[in-house]
Amino acid sequence: MNLSRRNLLKNSTATGLLLSLIAAGALRPTRVLAAEWNKAAFESKDMASALKALGAHAATEHRDLLLKLPDIAEDSTLVPVDVISHIPNTRTISILVEKNRNPLSAHFEFSNGALAEVSARIKLAESSIVKAVARADGKFYTVQKEVKVTIGGCGG
Amino acid sequence: MAEPMKIRAQLKGDVAAIRILIHHPMETGLRKDAAGTLVPAHHIHTLTVDVGDRRIVDIHTGTAVSRNPVFAFKAKGAKAGEKVVVSWVDTKGERRTDEAVLA
Repeated sequence: MNLSRRNLLKNSTATGLLLSLIAAGALRPTRVLAAEWNKAAFESKDMASALKALGAHAATEHRDLLLKLPDIAEDSTLVPVDVISHIPNTRTISILVEKNRNPLSAHFEFSNGALAEVSARIKLAESSIVKAVARADGKFYTVQKEVKVTIGGCGG
Repeated sequence: MAEPMKIRAQLKGDVAAIRILIHHPMETGLRKDAAGTLVPAHHIHTLTVDVGDRRIVDIHTGTAVSRNPVFAFKAKGAKAGEKVVVSWVDTKGERRTDEAVLA
């Protein structure tokens, strides 16, 4: 028996299996690929359907989920937002703006020691309720705050 | 080719504080230019942050993230000298990866 031929066959079967697993999406080269962009959630046109697309329609309020935003935004295209979750095992945080054309603004998935907190800058179409949603142990929690947008920059 | 990101990676104890500034127009597709024609949508949709070989955050964004986005994150279990690697991809398929070293 030709041993090297055997080995070659064995190896090619293993490689073939690996390739088909990658193709099937079972083994993703995670360093390159991130999780799928949630088209349904990002393209939702109202808060209720965006929450539903995230699976968060039954989210409840939680005092350990904190949302920091200015009361009044002088520049509606640059609104600083901080979300901090002290809820144990928080895996994701999403930021939604009720009055925007597409409420879902950004979605964060944490792993490998990342703390469940994020700072970002978002755009508001007009004065609006801004919501943060966090998922911890498969359950969804939410917190919200209203931000007033001043047009004309008079600070009023 | 997009301009490089600015990445600040500071270590306090074993917690990495990472701050990222990206140069990107983040066009919503709703804005009109001076001539009154709509500027087509062009925004980052996916961003990843790795420390060492560990993925710490996957970020997905829509049109409502501000122009020249800024993000800040923290991660435990980091060591001095580890690389912080940030990558983004936008709706035109443009992409960019930059890195910084934790200090």
